[in-house]
Amino acid sequence: MNLIDPKKLEHLRRERQRWEATTLKQSLKSQPERVERFSSLSDLPIDRVYGPEDLKDFDPQRELGVPGEYPYTRGVHPTMYRGRLWTMRQFAGFGSAEDTNRRFHYLLEHGQTGLSVAFDMPTLMGYDSDHPRALGEVGREGVAIDTAEDMAILLRGLPLDRITTSMTINAPANVLLAMYVAAAESMGFARTQIGGTTQTDMLKEFIAQKEWIVPPRPSMKLIQDMLVFGTRELPKWNVISISGYHIREAGATAVQELAFTLADGIAYVQAGTEAGLDVDEFAPRLSFFFDCHNDFFEEIAKFRAARRLWARIMRERFAAQNPRSWWLRFHTQTAGVSLTAQQPLNNIVRVAVQALAAVLGGTQSLHTNSMDETYALPTEQAVMVALRTQQIIAHESGLTNTADPLGGAYFVESLTNTMEERAEAYIQKIDDLGGMVRAVELGYPQREIAEASYHYQQQLERKEQIIVGVNEFLVPEERRIPLLRVDPEVERRQIERVSRVRAQRESVRAGRALGGLKSAADGGGNTMYHVLECVKAGCTLGEICDVFRAVYGEYREPAII
Amino acid sequence: MANSKIRIIVAKPGLDGHDRGAKVVARALRDAGFEVIYTGLHQTPEMIVNAAIQEDADAIGLSILSGAHMTLLPRVMELLRANGADDIVVFGGGIIPEDDVLGLKGAGVSEIFTPGASLEYIVRWVREHVKPRGVNA
Repeated sequence: MNLIDPKKLEHLRRERQRWEATTLKQSLKSQPERVERFSSLSDLPIDRVYGPEDLKDFDPQRELGVPGEYPYTRGVHPTMYRGRLWTMRQFAGFGSAEDTNRRFHYLLEHGQTGLSVAFDMPTLMGYDSDHPRALGEVGREGVAIDTAEDMAILLRGLPLDRITTSMTINAPANVLLAMYVAAAESMGFARTQIGGTTQTDMLKEFIAQKEWIVPPRPSMKLIQDMLVFGTRELPKWNVISISGYHIREAGATAVQELAFTLADGIAYVQAGTEAGLDVDEFAPRLSFFFDCHNDFFEEIAKFRAARRLWARIMRERFAAQNPRSWWLRFHTQTAGVSLTAQQPLNNIVRVAVQALAAVLGGTQSLHTNSMDETYALPTEQAVMVALRTQQIIAHESGLTNTADPLGGAYFVESLTNTMEERAEAYIQKIDDLGGMVRAVELGYPQREIAEASYHYQQQLERKEQIIVGVNEFLVPEERRIPLLRVDPEVERRQIERVSRVRAQRESVRAGRALGGLKSAADGGGNTMYHVLECVKAGCTLGEICDVFRAVYGEYREPAII
Repeated sequence: MANSKIRIIVAKPGLDGHDRGAKVVARALRDAGFEVIYTGLHQTPEMIVNAAIQEDADAIGLSILSGAHMTLLPRVMELLRANGADDIVVFGGGIIPEDDVLGLKGAGVSEIFTPGASLEYIVRWVREHVKPRGVNA
C-alpha cells in the first residue's frame, strides 16, 4: 500500500508544477536563493522542499513498520525512550589505572550509567609501557594497561554485575577481554554476570583508525576465536562493536560511514558462521557504533537507514531467524572532528545539536564530546557540561515521549531512502571486489575516504562549507583554556610496575602459557583460552602480542596519499 | 620554478593512526608543486630523520595527535643536529596546546599548525620558509 493513492499523487504533482511556475518563480525573481546548489555536509544534493510526490513508491508498512518490529526503521524497541532512556556513556581514560578508576567513580556518582574505557596508544598497538616505541605515549591518550594487575586496579570497587563496560580496544582486544574476565573473577564476579563490549573491529582499523598488529586475515582469525569464546562463555558480553565512528572521523561521508560499517558487519557475520557458529547464536550480540556529525537530518536519516538495511541483510542474506539478529543496536559519539579550537565554547552548542540528532535517530547509548577536546583530554568541568547536555535532552526537551518522532516527514523519509540506496551501491561494489577483507587489502575504502576528506577540505577552503569561527566569523582570541595535563611520572611508574610483575610472577607458568598460545596460533586452534591462561599467569600485553607477531607477521600499510 | 626542487617529507611520528591531516596536507603540498614523500604511519624519530637524509629532503612536516609531541618532536630535532642536518626546516601540526607550541619552537621546530589552519595558509608558509638546502635564504 502506498502512502497516497495514485490519483491524488498525480494531482499533487501537477500542483507542484503550478507552484513552481507561479509562486516560486515570482519569489526567486525578487529574492534569489543564497547559493546555486544546496547540499548536505556529505555533499548530497538537497531539494527546496519535499512532498508526498517525492515518496511515490513509499509503502509505510514495508519501509517503516512499527517500532520494535522488522525492518526497525522506527527503532528497535516498541516503546523506545518511554521504556528506558539511552545509556549515557562517557568515554574516559588517562594516565594510570588509578587515575582512570577515580574518573570512573566520579562519573558514576554523577549519574552516568555505563563505563567506557580509552586506552593509550601503546596498549592499542600491543606494546608494553617499557617498549622503546611507547616512549612519551604512556597514559597520554588513554589509560596504560600492561597486565591483569593493571586491569584489577582499573576496575577496583566497581559493581561489575550492575554496570556495563565498553572497551575501545581492537588489535589486542582478545588480551584486554581476557584481563577483564580474570580481574572480574578475582573480584568475585562470575563470567555469566559481567556485561560489556569490546570493539574488536579490525576492519575499520585497517580502513581508518590504524592501530594494528597483524595483517587482515590473521586478524579475522583472532576475532573468530573471540566470537566462539564469547558465545560459549560470556552470555552478556558483546564481542564486536562494528564501528563507523573512526571511518567518519577519518573523512568519510555519511554514506561511506554507513556503507563501510555495514560491509564490515557482513564480513564479521561471515567469519562467525565460517567458525561454525549458528548466525542466531552470535548475531544478537553484535552492536554498532556510529558518529553523529553536524548535518542534523542527514545523520537522522543515516541511523534510520542503517537499521532498515541491517535488518534486511540479516534476514535475507544470512537467513537469520531470531528477530534479535535483525536488530541494529548502536552507540553514538558526537563528531570529535567537528569541534573547533577556535571559540571552544561554541562546541557545547555543536555537541547539543549532534546529540539531538542521535536521540532522534534512536541511539541506544551516547557519548557527548567535551568542548575542550581539540586541545587535550577533557577536564572534569567540561565532561560535566557534556553529560548534562544529555540529561537536558533526556529530561527537559520532550524528545523522549514518542518513538521516531520524525517518521513520515517527507524530507526525512526521502533522505533515508537516498542514504539506503547509495549505501547499497557501495556494499554491492565491495561484494564485487570479493568482500570487505579483500577490499581492505586492495585499499579501496581507504582511497574512497582519502578522496572524500580532500574534497571536503577543498570545500572549506572555498567556503562552500562554513565552520563558524574557522572560515567565517573569526575573532582574535587567546587560545588558553584550562587543560588536563597527564603527569609524566605516570610513564615512569607504569614502567616500574610492569617490570615488577615480570620479575615476581611464576616464570615457569608464564613461559608454559606463552608456549601454549604459540602452539594454538601455529596450529589454528582457538587462541582465546590460551590468552586467558597467559594473563592469569602474569604475562604482559606485549609478550602475548609478540607471539602473534612471530606467528602471523606484522602489518605494514602501503603509504598512499 | 623553484618549487619543483623542494622535497618535503611528511611523516607521522608516534603510535596514533590519525592520518587524515597528514594526508590532506601532503596532497595539498603536492598539488602546489612540491615533491612530497609520505612515510606512512607509526614512525620513530630515527626512521624519520633517516628518511629525510636519504631522500635529501629540504623540509620535514610532522603530524602528531597522540599527545607525545613534547617527547618525539624535540627528539627529531636532536637527531637532525647529531647528523649535521639541522638546516632541514621542520614544521608540525596536530592537537598541540599553545604552551607546548612555544616549547617546540624553542626546541627548533619552525612552525606548528594547530586545528583550523587552512591548506592555503600552510602552503603559503612552506613557500615562504622552505628553500632548497645549500642555497642562502
